[in-house]
Amino acid sequence: MRKIVIPGEIIESGESYLPGEGTEKRGEDIVSIKYGLAEESNKLVKVIPLSGVYLPRRGNVVIGKVENITFNGWVVDIGTAEGAFLSLSEVPRYIDKNGLDELMGIGDMMIAKIVEINKRGIDLTIKVRGLGKIEEGLIVKINSNKVPRIIGKEGSMISIIKDETKCDITVGQNGLVWIQGATVEDELFAKKAIMFIVENSFVEGLTEEVKRWFKEEKK
Amino acid sequence: MAKKDSFERPDGRAVDETRKMSAKVGVVENADGSAMFSFGDTVAIAAVYGPRKMHPQHMQDMEKGTLRYNYNMFSFSVTERIRPGPSRRSQEISKISQWAIEPVVMIDKFPGNVIDVYVSIIQANASTRCAGINAAALALAHAGIPMKDMVSSVSIGKLDKQLVVDLSKAEEDWEEGEGATDIPITMTGDGKITHIQLDGKIETKQLKEAVRLARKACKDIYEIQKKALKESVDLKEK
Amino acid sequence: METPRINQDRIRKYLEQGKRFDGRKFDEFREITIETGASKKAEGSARVKIGNTEVIVGVKMDLATPYPDSPDKGNLMVTAELLPLSSDRFESGPPSIESIELARIIDRMIRESKFIELDKLCIKEGEKVWNIFIDIYSINADGNLLDAAGIGTVAALKNAKIPKYDKETEKVVFGEWTNEKLPVKKETPLSITFHKIGNHFIVDPTQEEEDASETRVTIGSSDGVISSMQKGNHVPLSVEELDHIFDMSEKAWKYLISKIEKHLK
Repeated sequence: MRKIVIPGEIIESGESYLPGEGTEKRGEDIVSIKYGLAEESNKLVKVIPLSGVYLPRRGNVVIGKVENITFNGWVVDIGTAEGAFLSLSEVPRYIDKNGLDELMGIGDMMIAKIVEINKRGIDLTIKVRGLGKIEEGLIVKINSNKVPRIIGKEGSMISIIKDETKCDITVGQNGLVWIQGATVEDELFAKKAIMFIVENSFVEGLTEEVKRWFKEEKK
Repeated sequence: MAKKDSFERPDGRAVDETRKMSAKVGVVENADGSAMFSFGDTVAIAAVYGPRKMHPQHMQDMEKGTLRYNYNMFSFSVTERIRPGPSRRSQEISKISQWAIEPVVMIDKFPGNVIDVYVSIIQANASTRCAGINAAALALAHAGIPMKDMVSSVSIGKLDKQLVVDLSKAEEDWEEGEGATDIPITMTGDGKITHIQLDGKIETKQLKEAVRLARKACKDIYEIQKKALKESVDLKEK
Repeated sequence: METPRINQDRIRKYLEQGKRFDGRKFDEFREITIETGASKKAEGSARVKIGNTEVIVGVKMDLATPYPDSPDKGNLMVTAELLPLSSDRFESGPPSIESIELARIIDRMIRESKFIELDKLCIKEGEKVWNIFIDIYSINADGNLLDAAGIGTVAALKNAKIPKYDKETEKVVFGEWTNEKLPVKKETPLSITFHKIGNHFIVDPTQEEEDASETRVTIGSSDGVISSMQKGNHVPLSVEELDHIFDMSEKAWKYLISKIEKHLK
């Protein structure tokens, strides 16, 4: 079952159904609390949002912008209401406390990972390989709910885009995508491909559609 | 009871008929959610931003988050120009509209943060706050905000002794007999009243009937809102 | 979020190659749509979209006493609201300097070009004239609100009808209109803004391009005659660069007029 539901709408009714994400159980009814795509499997009913702001989760790789520098780290904007912070101790090399802005200054972009979410906010790290300051390239912003479609099952979709456009691409779970290619043309081509996927995110067999699209575009 | 045949409304509608309604979501690209809703010539647009950080910080509600509603009318939405900027009327409507919607918004999921709802009336032919609330509910859902239910809003009127649904300006200005009584009402999808106001003169028996008329009309409005949300996505099923 | 610096670097780099992200030429506008009659209650109104940027402009009229130095002319007042509805960059509250500047730039364009024949809006010299109110609202901000506001203003004015005036009560009959159109000149003024990014000048920036813009010059002109101009932002321009903008402006006016002519009746 795949159908669009709105808040307050009863999706399934019956004792055996379980309320998953985006739903609530009221008596025997599983009721949607979001506008989204309702899916049921093994009696678990959930609603996948079509829209709305990014909901951060531990372990997410995100792309953010330095908003401020404090005495012991960077305040980073990753598009969430809660603030995100990268502490000095989460950087893979020794930084003198006077040298923070030499590594990254206000306005610089970075790829980071969410280590922890607590009452104070979101803690980030760049200690893992592949994370760190973004020196150049293009940042594209999409709705974070479309990120799974851009990545694809086990990264299948993003691999196709990388191969066809010859670009390095990192997709942040918060909806920011970093593209770096040999030429600006290649980068814009990758951006175009991403926007195509976003616009057709509901199509079944999207992978085939995308392959077809690339063939057409390259003519 | 509503005398369906003998009472003549200025635009020829039946006494329990709303004006032609239309609704659409996604009308402001920058917003996290947005919608337009109209009752005939009354046109409202709503845009939602959030949840996001609340400024000034001291106004944050750390327990459950805040819903902020801002209603304004375009200066040229009415025949006699309104000076741009907030008025006492628009501030009051902002507040009661916030109260009309807040019960269904799960703001406890956003402690310390704010959801901003901005409603503008582009063209006014009475029932503007109702159109605004309908657009706002759509915009909130469109923004993916967790909500227990939708809300739908309509104005019920009494023209002399006759109850009517969805007042137009001409009816707001009704002068015959007992004049016009204006009752804007907002209800959740399962029939709970989150907002009601009254201006005029009415006996309790008729007032109870007015509320029941509103329930019926709100159900129709709910269907329009549901359709707008569902049709904004082309599932492209093969 | 303000456009990331690395994107701005890319915009500049691409401009060096003579290209813009969406494939447009430097002097090309995005797709423009104009719908008049956005509000039936206005004397005239228009909804304008340039790409994803959208504004709604309305014209209202009322009676007033004339200013002492123009006893036989109507008055003009332009306001603009950059609504928080249209972007997370705008806040609620009193008019921002951006909205004030926008309104005043549009005001100058209309006023100095003498587009509205204000001397035809006198009912009784020294005592009663028509006030024209132009109110501009942003609906979605994606760069170049200025030029969108200018097009919307001209479209709303061209579409405006004079309200009924009751000679006996000497009052306006609000909600009823004559068939008389607001008297405006045939030549249509337009405001076109030129942005400097690196060593290049473009028109109609997207939000990303506008964030990368170092300085801008808005020129209000009509068929080669410039009647208003405003430079905004802090990077200086050389005399040669300014000459280049003046040259661009005449061509740009012709181009823009041809694009929107059919919508202006």
